[in-house]
Amino acid sequence: MSHLIPPAIAPFVVPVICGIVLVAVFPLLAGYIVLLERKLMADMQARLGPMRVGPHGLLQPIADAFKLLIKEDIIPQGADKFMFYVAPLISVTMALVAFSAMPFGPVFQIADLNVGLLFIVAVGSLGIYGIVLGGWSSNSHYSLIGALRSAAQLVSYETAAGLALVSALLLAGSLSMKDIVQAQADQGVWFIFVVPIGFFIYFVSSIAETNRAPFDLPEAESELVAGYMTEYSGFRWALYFLAEYANMVIVAGIATTLFLGGWLRPFPGNHQHLIGTPFELLDALPSLLFLGVALYCLSLVPRQPVQVQKLFMAGVAGACVLLAAVMALTLFPPFDAAREGVHGAFWFMAKVGGYVYTFLWVRFTFPRYRFDQLMRLGWRFLIPLALVNVLVVSASIVVQQNWEWKHPVVSTVVTTAIMLAVAFWLAEEGAKPEPAPQPADGE
Amino acid sequence: MIDKFLFLFFAVLMIGSAIMMVTRRNIVHSAVYLITTLLATAGIFLQLKAEFLFVVQIILYVGGIMVLFIFVIMLVNLDVAIRMVQFSRQGFVAGILALVLAVQIFLALWIGRAGLPAPAIHAMPPKNTEAVAEALFQHYMLPFEIASILLLVAMIGAVVMAKRRV
Repeated sequence: MSHLIPPAIAPFVVPVICGIVLVAVFPLLAGYIVLLERKLMADMQARLGPMRVGPHGLLQPIADAFKLLIKEDIIPQGADKFMFYVAPLISVTMALVAFSAMPFGPVFQIADLNVGLLFIVAVGSLGIYGIVLGGWSSNSHYSLIGALRSAAQLVSYETAAGLALVSALLLAGSLSMKDIVQAQADQGVWFIFVVPIGFFIYFVSSIAETNRAPFDLPEAESELVAGYMTEYSGFRWALYFLAEYANMVIVAGIATTLFLGGWLRPFPGNHQHLIGTPFELLDALPSLLFLGVALYCLSLVPRQPVQVQKLFMAGVAGACVLLAAVMALTLFPPFDAAREGVHGAFWFMAKVGGYVYTFLWVRFTFPRYRFDQLMRLGWRFLIPLALVNVLVVSASIVVQQNWEWKHPVVSTVVTTAIMLAVAFWLAEEGAKPEPAPQPADGE
Repeated sequence: MIDKFLFLFFAVLMIGSAIMMVTRRNIVHSAVYLITTLLATAGIFLQLKAEFLFVVQIILYVGGIMVLFIFVIMLVNLDVAIRMVQFSRQGFVAGILALVLAVQIFLALWIGRAGLPAPAIHAMPPKNTEAVAEALFQHYMLPFEIASILLLVAMIGAVVMAKRRV
């Protein structure tokens, strides 16, 4: 088939297809993350959550999107019309552009840049302009305060997040997303097990950077109505929402690539076979998982109240069976080329899903921070900790490389112990009361 | 061909938004045009295949410094600043200075025109990040460290001054 494409445009075909798939599929994915969030929240609060639209609310995201599309688009009086119009677009565009260097698998990546990680971080951080300009142009105090908080928060936590990434970069020795994953494959260990403290710092900072609870001060409902998007309605508001969830997936993707081994399968050394078949158990796991989900969906079919919902539930089960079949098919030798791509994408998405799930879990578990607490946590705890972390990790790398003292487990344990001691010391210092409480002046 | 087109695109964008930046009355609009100017500069870096500079330009200037700019602009009282009519009768002086500067640049270009045609860009230059690191941390280690210490001193000075005022 490849000979049908003229050589001049051949190198652009796969990236363009990947790009179109991403832009087309991502909004749907974001909608379902919202559904997952609502269902999870309902579960933790002993409710059912959305149940009306489709079986178990499975069509709720589509109904929501449709509702937002046909809602009235209100522009407040005295707003800066052009900025008000453009701001949500900035947020969404930057978030989607950042996906272009994200390795969803060894095959499914739009561009493997030499500076891929920096590119994602840079473009991802541009989304803040959408928030700040949107808040400013709304001509509303709630919006403006939300925007200011967001800007301050992002600038503070970007430093900690960047330094946390450095600790993993030192181990990888490259900025290209593909090479980072490859380095983890070569060294036979995910970097979370080498620099757990770095991962922790990145995790906390990434929650703050994406404005999620417990750091969701820019949109604190109890104080600021809805923060920077107070004045937005209809589809523009939906665009902000899309950007927020895109940013979540981006930070999850960065963490997955740097700390969780990207598209690599867990336990690469485990060759346990699935009983009675020539396939490795862990390679067959995705298929079994989807089959399990399909069976569960089938078991739910008789309990649906309406005929349509029964059909729909059966359809969901069918889709799962199809996915399982695709996963299983790539296990056979003729499809060796496709296996890496399909299974890599599965593991990457599974890890991203786990990270996002933790985000949601944290949101329903912790109460919201106060703004000064947030700033103190960032500047007095996370940034010093991240600085020391970079020093300690680079020292351990130098020791291992120059003195031929290669005990990775020992050095990991030692560095982590040092870091934990530093963390406890910093926390202790931070818990001490301020010497002279400053008068609260404004924000 | 496509290189030239990209260069022209970014150059026009850069100059256009620079002009817009100095002529806007609304200071937030000025800041936004400054952002597009900086982004266009980053684009030219990318077109020259200096991808590390491209990314650093975006992270530092657009993602860091400009966010602080806008932050400060929004903290000070905006409404007054927008409505204020600025009667600075210095247009004449500024015009002369700009003219002198333009003549200077033109002269410099004219004198050095022999060296202007840039060396051809390799299709696949050596890894950019490593090249920058080598230059900074091996060839120019001392000046680089001195500059860092200077910045550190400035930072500490700013913190001390801010502390004293409280």
